[in-house]
Amino acid sequence: MNTHTNTPAVEIENLSFAYRNQNVLEDISLKVPHGSFLGLVGPNGSGKSTLIKCVLGLLTPDKGEVKLNGVPVKKFDKWSEIGFVSQKANSFNSGFPATVFEVVSMGLYGKVGLFRFLRKQHKEKVREAIAQVGMEKYAQANIGQLSGGQQQRVFIARALVSDPAILILDEPTVGVDAKSVNNFYTMLRELNNEKGMTLILVTHDIGAMSEYVTDVACLNKCLHFHGDKQVFEDNKEEMMTAMYGHEVNLLEHNHDHGHHHHHHDHDDAGREQA
Amino acid sequence: MIDVFFQYDFLRYSLFTGLMIGFLAPFLGVFLVVRRLSLMADALSHITLTGIAFSMLLGRHVTFFTALNPVYMGMVFSVAGSLLIERLRFVYRFYKELAIPIILSAGIGLGVVFISLADGFNNDLFNYLFGSVVAINQTDFYVVVSLTAVVTGLIILFYKELFFLSFDEEQAVIAGIPKMPLHFLFMVMVALVIGISMQIVGILLVSALMTLPVACAMRLARGFKQLFFYAVLFGEISVVTGLVSAFHLDLAPGGTIVMANILLLIGTIILTKKQSL
Repeated sequence: MNTHTNTPAVEIENLSFAYRNQNVLEDISLKVPHGSFLGLVGPNGSGKSTLIKCVLGLLTPDKGEVKLNGVPVKKFDKWSEIGFVSQKANSFNSGFPATVFEVVSMGLYGKVGLFRFLRKQHKEKVREAIAQVGMEKYAQANIGQLSGGQQQRVFIARALVSDPAILILDEPTVGVDAKSVNNFYTMLRELNNEKGMTLILVTHDIGAMSEYVTDVACLNKCLHFHGDKQVFEDNKEEMMTAMYGHEVNLLEHNHDHGHHHHHHDHDDAGREQA
Repeated sequence: MIDVFFQYDFLRYSLFTGLMIGFLAPFLGVFLVVRRLSLMADALSHITLTGIAFSMLLGRHVTFFTALNPVYMGMVFSVAGSLLIERLRFVYRFYKELAIPIILSAGIGLGVVFISLADGFNNDLFNYLFGSVVAINQTDFYVVVSLTAVVTGLIILFYKELFFLSFDEEQAVIAGIPKMPLHFLFMVMVALVIGISMQIVGILLVSALMTLPVACAMRLARGFKQLFFYAVLFGEISVVTGLVSAFHLDLAPGGTIVMANILLLIGTIILTKKQSL
C-alpha cells in the first residue's frame, strides 16, 4: 500500500481537453507524490471533475497523458488500488434497497473478479471498513435511510475496503452538514498520516480543506498554482484573484457549468460506445 | 382444490411452469425495477406478440412453422427488440426512455399488420394475449426447465456485477466491470423469460409479473438480497392462487394472476403505510 518510490502516484503531463471546441482544460501538468494530500480547488465549471475523469480513464484527453504509478492510464489495470468517491448526488439513487454492508461490499467486487464470490475474509474486510468510518451500528440499515453525512461515510468505506494506495474524492462534502464535514476531513487526514495513503480532494470550498491538506492545486481551465500548502496560504489573495477574480468569469460561469453537465452525458455515451 | 392440477399431465405442466415463471419473472424484475427500466418488460412483451403473429402468418404458408410453437419466433423478436432498444437508447442519449415507446408501438403496429394478413384473430391468439392454463405441452415444459436453470445460474454467477452496475454504474465501470456485455446478457435473459412467461400469463400482463411482486417487495425489504426473497415469494403466491382460481372459475390466468398480485400490493401498501419510498 505504502509504495514510497520516486514514481509519483499520479502524473499528469501537458493534458488538454476540449468539448465541442470549447477548451475545458488547457495544458495541465501536475505530479502527486505518494503520501501527499492534495487539495484540488477551483470554481464550479473549472474543469475539476473533467480532470478527475481523465485521471480515472473515463475520458480520454485530446492532448497529453495521465500516468498512475508510472503506468499510462490506458494500460493501467490495477483499479482496486484506486479508490474513488464521487459527488454523491450524481450517481446514487437514494431509494435503492441495499444495506450498508452490501454497498461497502461493492468496493471489493473489482478486486475479487468475475466468476468469483465473496469469501469469509472478504466479509471481514467489509466489516473492518465499516468500523473504520464508525458506521458499525448501521451495517444492516438501508443506505437510503441514512443522513447525507452518514451516506458519505459509507461511500468512503466502500472506497477503502479494497485497501487503495490512492484515494480520489470529488466534492465529497456537498450536502453534508458543517460538523460532519470537519469530522470527515479529520478522518481523511488520519488516513493520510497513519496509513500513508495518497489523497486527492476535489472541492470548490477552499476554506474548510486548507487546514487538512499538505499540497494545493488551483484549477480554472489552466493550473494557476500547484505547491506546498504554506506557499498557497501566503499567496492566497493572489490565487483567489487569479482564479475567481475576472468578473467576466461570472458570466461564463453558468455557461461553463452547463457544458460541464453535457460532459457527464457525453462521457456516458462514450463508454456505451466502447 | 389444487389436487386437480396433479391429476392431469397438462395441468401439472402448467402448474410447474407457473411456479418457475413465478420465480424467474420477479427474479429478473428486481434488476429492471431498480434500474428504472420497468417499462422495458412492456415493450418486449409487445414485440413478442409481433413475433408470434409473424410465426402464425408463416404457418399458413410454410408447413415447418405450422408445427412450431409460435412462442419461439416471439422470443427471437423479443431478443432483437431488446437489442434495438439498446441502440435507440444510444441514439437518443439525452432522452433514453424514448426508446421504449418507439419499440412498443413499432411492435404493436407490425403485429397488427401480421394479424390482419393472417386473417385476423383466432382462439390461439386470444390465449397468447391473456394466457392459458392449458398451453403448456411436454416440450415447452422442458424448455422452461432448462431456461430456468440457465437464467438462475447466470444471475447467481454475475450477481455482484449486476448489483454494482444497477446501484452505481460509474463506480462499477471504474472498478473494471464489463458493462456492455453484462447489460446485453441481461436483456437477452429478460427477452427469453418474457417469451416463456407469456404462455401462462399472456403478453398483455407478463410485465406485471416482472414488476408488481418487486413493487410489493420494495415496501418490505431491508437490503438487496431480501428484495429478491420477497419478490419471488409474492410472485409465487400470485401465480399459484391465480392459476388455481383461473381453472376453477374458468377465467384467463393472466387476469387472475395479476389481480392476485394487485391485492398483495394493496395489502403491503396498507401494512407499510408509514414509510415512503
